[in-house]
Amino acid sequence: MSIQRTHQSRTSTLLFVIVLMATLIGVTVCNQLPESHPLHVGNYMITLLGKYLTYAILAVSVDLVWGYLGILSLGHAAFFALGGYAMGMHLMRQIGDRGVYGNPDLPDFMVFLNWTELPWYWLGFDNFAFTALMILLVPGLLAFVFGWFAFRSRVNGVYLSIITQALTYALMLAFFRNEMGLGGNNGLTDFRELLGFDLRSDEVRLGLFLASGIALLFVYLLCNVILRSRLGKVSIAIRDAEDRTRFIGYRVEHVKLALFTLSAMIAGLAGALYVPQVGIINPGEFSPLNSIEVVVWVAIGGRGTLYGAVLGAIGVNYAKTWFTGAYPEAWLFALGLLFVLVTLVLPKGVAGLFKRAKTGTSPS
Amino acid sequence: MLQRRCTLLILLFLIGTTTLARADVTAGSPELDAIFTQFVEGKTTQRTEALDDLAASGRDDTRLLLNAILEGDLMLHKPSSSIVWATKEGRQYQIQSLDRTGSVDTAGRRDVKRLKLDNRLRSYLRDLIAGLGLRSADPVERLAAISALMGKPDSMADELLTELLNAEEDANVKAALTSLLARKQVGSSIAAERVQGLVILRDDLSPDSRRLVSQLANNDPDNTVKEAALAVQQAQEGKVTLYGWLETLFFGLSLGSILVLAAIGLAISFGVMGVINMAHGELIMLGAYCTWAMQQLLPNSLTASLLLSIPVAFIFTGLVGILIERTVIRFLYGRPLETLLATFGISLILQQLVRTFVSSQNVPVANPPFMSGVIEFNSVFSLTLNRLYILAFCLVVFALLLALLKRSRFGLEVRAVSQNRAMARAMGVRSARIDSLTFGLGAGIAGIAGVALSQVTNVGPNLGQAYIVDSFMVVVFGGVGNLWGTLISGMTLGIANKIMEPWAGAILAKILVLVFLIMFIQKRPRGLFPQRGRAVDAS
Repeated sequence: MSIQRTHQSRTSTLLFVIVLMATLIGVTVCNQLPESHPLHVGNYMITLLGKYLTYAILAVSVDLVWGYLGILSLGHAAFFALGGYAMGMHLMRQIGDRGVYGNPDLPDFMVFLNWTELPWYWLGFDNFAFTALMILLVPGLLAFVFGWFAFRSRVNGVYLSIITQALTYALMLAFFRNEMGLGGNNGLTDFRELLGFDLRSDEVRLGLFLASGIALLFVYLLCNVILRSRLGKVSIAIRDAEDRTRFIGYRVEHVKLALFTLSAMIAGLAGALYVPQVGIINPGEFSPLNSIEVVVWVAIGGRGTLYGAVLGAIGVNYAKTWFTGAYPEAWLFALGLLFVLVTLVLPKGVAGLFKRAKTGTSPS
Repeated sequence: MLQRRCTLLILLFLIGTTTLARADVTAGSPELDAIFTQFVEGKTTQRTEALDDLAASGRDDTRLLLNAILEGDLMLHKPSSSIVWATKEGRQYQIQSLDRTGSVDTAGRRDVKRLKLDNRLRSYLRDLIAGLGLRSADPVERLAAISALMGKPDSMADELLTELLNAEEDANVKAALTSLLARKQVGSSIAAERVQGLVILRDDLSPDSRRLVSQLANNDPDNTVKEAALAVQQAQEGKVTLYGWLETLFFGLSLGSILVLAAIGLAISFGVMGVINMAHGELIMLGAYCTWAMQQLLPNSLTASLLLSIPVAFIFTGLVGILIERTVIRFLYGRPLETLLATFGISLILQQLVRTFVSSQNVPVANPPFMSGVIEFNSVFSLTLNRLYILAFCLVVFALLLALLKRSRFGLEVRAVSQNRAMARAMGVRSARIDSLTFGLGAGIAGIAGVALSQVTNVGPNLGQAYIVDSFMVVVFGGVGNLWGTLISGMTLGIANKIMEPWAGAILAKILVLVFLIMFIQKRPRGLFPQRGRAVDAS
């Protein structure tokens, strides 16, 4: 297997950047058109697209570790949700005394639970810079600690997948408890403003959509740079022959730890952009099903190609929105069939189809 | 005012004279006639005497009659001035003669009259009935009568109690009488008697016995009694703690048996074949729905339908498993991560199938009578039968599975294929067929687990999801490819969960167990009992 085939080619990256920029600009322009215009993009669509873009960032983070490092994480939704909770906590603090109970010091759910003071881990979330740091640090730290133990003791393959799933399951159970001080079952919601901008206004929604698009662009280019570097080449070597890479003299667990932590931070960023757009974060985001769904986006788009992950995330989620509107019963059938068919028929995903069409050869 | 009072008096007088003026009451036999006449017409003391006479009459139906008087089932039929059984039917009464031989007639509301009772008479009646129960020929009735007296030991005379104790032959009744005696002695004014009572109460762990002992330990004026009470209190507390641990152990084993049942099918498909079957939870769910379906088919015999649903669930989910293996998993051997995704897709499809074709709500599954009930050892320790049966069932399934894998030709071939596929094929084992059958076996056992689970948890489309993470943890903790490891790890996790529950709460205990498992797997990635030798994969 030659290196050229496994990492991103310059042309595909350039193409991706152009298409993404064109989409962002195009959607913004179309949003400004009068509503009667046939090309008008409504505000509902803007929020939906913004949500898809955050999913795309999440998919890129999963592809980074699965497609290029060979770690199938069934717990990436946990990092996504942690980033989301960090953002949610900041947004809760921004509500101030405008909540139902009008308490300037405590969020509504704490007043409801008769808490008298803010728990220590809520301190600092009034500050946006601190929150931004936490959005990256909390998922990153969890991934670092988890990976430190897991990779050092050489837990890999399906064992790793299963314990990542157990991790997100345990977190889900924990966040469901009211005693966690994070809203329990209902999670955090009723957000009003971010950095002084009203979250319900159309301009801010467009702004968040653009921010998600730019974040995706940034993450995409970052991953691209990493994968072109020596680190990326070693990571692909680990994916294809872990023992051989170790015997050559590379510290496999360091490479794994670095990329896994980075991937978790990217997932956290995606979660932070997701929460203000959908207006709620609750423990359901931790559910193991969510993590597995992300893996399927990547599998369908094409594992091991960054643009495939983006394509898969947006494509599957668009299908989900359409299906749950048109045939709500059929969505799980369709998703289940997608799982089965992609693994059986399209092991390289849609991106694999492109490649096959380009080179004219069939994948082995 | 005065006028009204006079009217009232006259009215009362009239009522009184009419009662007195009535002829004797008939009740079927001369003896009963006299008793009931005295009861209906007499004054307070005469009425209690009448009840005494009835209690002492030595008839078979004495208790029945006393009870009927207490419950108001006997009434005076005014036209015939006889005592009758009466039950209300709409606006009328169905009446029948006292010996229940005559025909059933109807009587108007105004023709019958209740036998009047006041609270004092009611409690007198209850004591009489209890006293009669104490002398009943049936040990169960005697026990019930003693239990009724447990709260007020002083209402029983000492002589009666000693007389009963000496005459008693049934061990249970004797024990109950002894503890009643102890309760009496503890309340006595003589210090020595109180100590005697304490000695007996030592073995009685019921809440009121413990309350009596602690009262003496705190308040008794006599120091020797106080010390004795303190010693007894300590002994009792020790026993309560011991039984508390036993109970935790039983709950732990019970939870463990459920975990083992859920995980053991996975131990076969994952452990023996190396296939990650994420649809395992949904196969369990299908097994639970088999129980429901059998109960719908045979609504009248719960026991038979439950027993039948074991083979039905085994065959049905086994066939579903073989179908999954033939259509999907067969193409994915050697690619565990892809298998994981494909089987997850299958699990979504199975869930949605149940939602679409049965219901998205939970379905009701009944417990057959032999499953419900309790074995009570003493007042602080009892075992629920359904959990006990599931524990036993789990062990039986485990033993059968072990025997199948270790002692049969099929088991030999399964092990051969899992250890060295190429060599097994060279020796003439049809490996593809063995793969299907092994996967089918794992799926069938998931179905059986579903039958057991349907007896302790809600049956709904999401049933399987709740168990899939747990099942994988049990298999990985025990060591993949090792059935004994699965049994031990399931039981250990169950007990650990239940030990932590009292101080951490159910959810936190579960989280702690999960965190512990995550750490454990990082320390020992191959579980408690790792496979050694050639069977270990190179990867």
